[in-house]
Amino acid sequence: MTTTAPATATDAGTGHELLPDGWEMVIGLEVHAELATASKMFSPAPNRFGGEPNTNVHPVCLGLPGTLPVVNGKAIELGIRIGLALDCTVQRCVFARKNYFYPDMPKDYQISQYELALNVDGRLELADGSVVGIERAHLEEDTGKSTHIGDSGRIHDAGYSLVDYNRAGVPLIEIVSRPDLRDPEQAKSYVEELRAILVAIGASDGKMEEGSLRVDANVSVRPAGSGELRTRCEIKNVNSLRSLGRAITYEARRHVDLYQAGDAPRQETRHWDEEDGRTRPGRSKEEAEDYRYFDDPDLVPVDPSPGWIDEIRAALPALPRHRRQALVDRGAPAAGAALAVERDLDGLALAAIEAGADAERTVTHVANNLAVEGAGSLDASHFADLVKLETGGGLTATQAKQVLADMVETGRDPATIAAEKGFEAMDTDELESLLDGIIADHPDEWARFVGGDDGDRKKMQGVFVGQVMKATRGQADGKVVNQLLNQRASAG
Amino acid sequence: MTAAGAADGGSAVEIAAAVAAGDRSAVEIVDAHLARIAAGDGEIHAFNTVVADRARERAAAVDRAVAAGEPVGPLAGVPVALKDNFCTRGVPTTCSSRILDGWVPPYDATAVERLEAAGAVVVGKTNLDEFAMGSSTENSAFGPTRNPLDVTRVPGGSSGGSAAAVAADFAVLGFGSDTGGSIRQPAALCGVVGLKPTYGAVSRYGLVAFASSLDQIGPFARSVADAALAYDTVAGHDPRDSTSLPDGHRPTVERLTDGVEGLRVGVVSEMTAPELRADRGGAFEPAVIDRCHRAADVLADAGAKVDEVSIPTAVAGLAAYYMIAPAEASSNLARYDGVRYGARQPGANTAAMMTASRTAGFGDEVKRRIMLGTYALSAGYYDAFYGKAQRIRTLMIREFDRVYQQYDVLLSPTSPCVAFPFGAKADPLTMYYNDVCTIPSNLTGHPAISVPFGTGEAGLPVGVQVLGPKLSEGELMRVAAALEAAAAAGGADPTGEDTP
Repeated sequence: MTTTAPATATDAGTGHELLPDGWEMVIGLEVHAELATASKMFSPAPNRFGGEPNTNVHPVCLGLPGTLPVVNGKAIELGIRIGLALDCTVQRCVFARKNYFYPDMPKDYQISQYELALNVDGRLELADGSVVGIERAHLEEDTGKSTHIGDSGRIHDAGYSLVDYNRAGVPLIEIVSRPDLRDPEQAKSYVEELRAILVAIGASDGKMEEGSLRVDANVSVRPAGSGELRTRCEIKNVNSLRSLGRAITYEARRHVDLYQAGDAPRQETRHWDEEDGRTRPGRSKEEAEDYRYFDDPDLVPVDPSPGWIDEIRAALPALPRHRRQALVDRGAPAAGAALAVERDLDGLALAAIEAGADAERTVTHVANNLAVEGAGSLDASHFADLVKLETGGGLTATQAKQVLADMVETGRDPATIAAEKGFEAMDTDELESLLDGIIADHPDEWARFVGGDDGDRKKMQGVFVGQVMKATRGQADGKVVNQLLNQRASAG
Repeated sequence: MTAAGAADGGSAVEIAAAVAAGDRSAVEIVDAHLARIAAGDGEIHAFNTVVADRARERAAAVDRAVAAGEPVGPLAGVPVALKDNFCTRGVPTTCSSRILDGWVPPYDATAVERLEAAGAVVVGKTNLDEFAMGSSTENSAFGPTRNPLDVTRVPGGSSGGSAAAVAADFAVLGFGSDTGGSIRQPAALCGVVGLKPTYGAVSRYGLVAFASSLDQIGPFARSVADAALAYDTVAGHDPRDSTSLPDGHRPTVERLTDGVEGLRVGVVSEMTAPELRADRGGAFEPAVIDRCHRAADVLADAGAKVDEVSIPTAVAGLAAYYMIAPAEASSNLARYDGVRYGARQPGANTAAMMTASRTAGFGDEVKRRIMLGTYALSAGYYDAFYGKAQRIRTLMIREFDRVYQQYDVLLSPTSPCVAFPFGAKADPLTMYYNDVCTIPSNLTGHPAISVPFGTGEAGLPVGVQVLGPKLSEGELMRVAAALEAAAAAGGADPTGEDTP
């Protein structure tokens, strides 16, 4: 775990100072992710985003009198997958009722897990190698959505409200980290990595913009390195990674300001206001909720057998960090490897590298030229052939990019496409004589290239490359032309 | 009391056999019951809703099936009354509460599906204490049900409407729910048989919940054989109820003639001993205790091994029950908030609308229990109340399991007294005490049956309760059948006392 955030660290997004000297942030995140099941957590209704309001519903998830919940086995399986991916202990768990009145919650209680969660005591390794503890990852059901019609759009003074129960009862996993995070950037990379894991193992689509992944942040501050845990505030309504960073920074500053003024924050839930860029208290203290948790008598404990857990473990897909490492181990740069995994194209890259393609060039293509639809179905051996053609001098970088685009579109092999486009490899002898001719035709420019200052040299380099490209209709390899220019210049 | 002599009379067993054989018409049988309801229910008020047209249509369908030679079920043409907390597709389901005003379920309870699949004909939905909270049916928002045996007295509760409907022969079978005695106590007070099956034996899907860990559906009948047939029809695993038992249901009808020879019977001393009669506010009527002992003698004479057994935690159950049941109810009844269905009162904002709707929609007893339960689950009180009650429950289960290693069945009165006059138990605690003998089976999840056995004060019927371990319904039927036969032969009441 990182220790102390630099006292004058700056937020890459806003550039202002994070915290005054001597203070550090203590951040824990609660991530809610909707599980990618076909039906809801306890109801046969479809688990589907969108749709006309109140169409993806069933008497059970509407909480109609007399209905009873039945656990969705697939949700348990996905929950176990998540637990295993986060190195949790998977255990016998009990569903409990969290009681509070809210119009978008059909039963006026939420079925969640309280004392006994499905997964406990895990860890998540971030891309930079730091490790964040996972306290628990438990299953629960989502609520519906209210739309408040009135001036402010808030429930308190709405003229009336419309409720859509399509989302009510959708299976959720709530992943609670330990307060191990120390700055907003780290919090963001935690969410990014967690999201990548959920997507990679097929547990969730992880779409923050559709609300299928939601983040609440528990924020407190303390004197740097003190190890104490001070009063925290829970920040809700954070709808993007950028907001997460801003909200954490704002809230931590607020705490420091309070302490420095001789005051202290009080434990409460606060809401992030994206427009104002500040957090505001949710309910007042007098209305503090007592959720009156108790075991749900309509459900029985879920006790996954060791055999089932082993089966799920054996079928668990490779995790993002292992996939990144596989590419790095074969010589790919870390940033390109990360992008390849994020785009789910690391399998393609790996296969191309295995087939003899240059690792760096391969992930560069994946990073720069394959953020397109259909890239995933690219034939790995064709892709390897392309990279080999390019590194062997048969295609320029520009040509390779064009051929690659054609390959994605048509599925044809690179040689055929290159031939059709007339991308014949220009051999170096031909290029040298062409270049020599151009140098001869431009003696002044050549003199400035050889003898001028850096600025001149750069400018003239552009002129010569441009002339060569013009003469070859763009088919020359700019890199080779530069090499030849430099050779000629140093040869005097 | 029964209309055995009427043209439509007979037991469920007889009616179903005659209808299936084409000897009798389901429509005529149903019409006769509807006519009796029309004539008599104005006074009794057993029903909240009578579904005459629907009943005639269903009966006609049964008759057509018989005429076409198609198979009909074991309850073909048998008129059934359902407690109004069973969900019935297209038929209002009120729980005798104003808060469900106007709500019509879009589905049938599993028990209703099974009854109709067996050819039974639902004639109506019966009155109950609001949300099944009470022991007299006086807590109904629609007014009380009167006991057909004495209309100045209560029929018991909470399933008082179903008990009265069967006693008055408005229906041949009735169904109710039993959370703390709500089938057995009204059965005793109306002189009919009532069974509370093993928890999980009958699906709760479609039964509007009062206390989920205690609620269980069961039948009312005028004979043990009919109760067995009714129970066999609705029992069995249901994937829509997670607490439904996986075990294959063992039919009880075939156990009726097994006799009681060799059965080990324990009479629960805490519920029959003279020194315990007058404590905690609700003295046991001496005649009630006497009938229970007489029942024990009858069984001993028939070859059962009978003795007294002490179960000290049995009476502690009452206190535990009145923590656990309200706690679950406070959560189960939260959904009645005026947002989605039922009665809504205006309010300046959502919270005010919910508060106004619940204030106007719930009656006093329901509010009392919601408050009790909310308190019992509150932070800081949970361990002292709900937690402690759960520990008592665990102790009771252990103690009864231990007792059932030595006894096949136990015997006790069903209710401390016969049917009482309206208003006689206006104090809630006095009313709660009425459940002292029935509550243990709900807390332990074990089955129990109440069978009429002689009479008590004012010549009103007394019920004897037979309790047994998990899934011992077959043994309960054996014992109940033996007691029923003895009572029919005049063996229940002492000579010289008033008999009806």
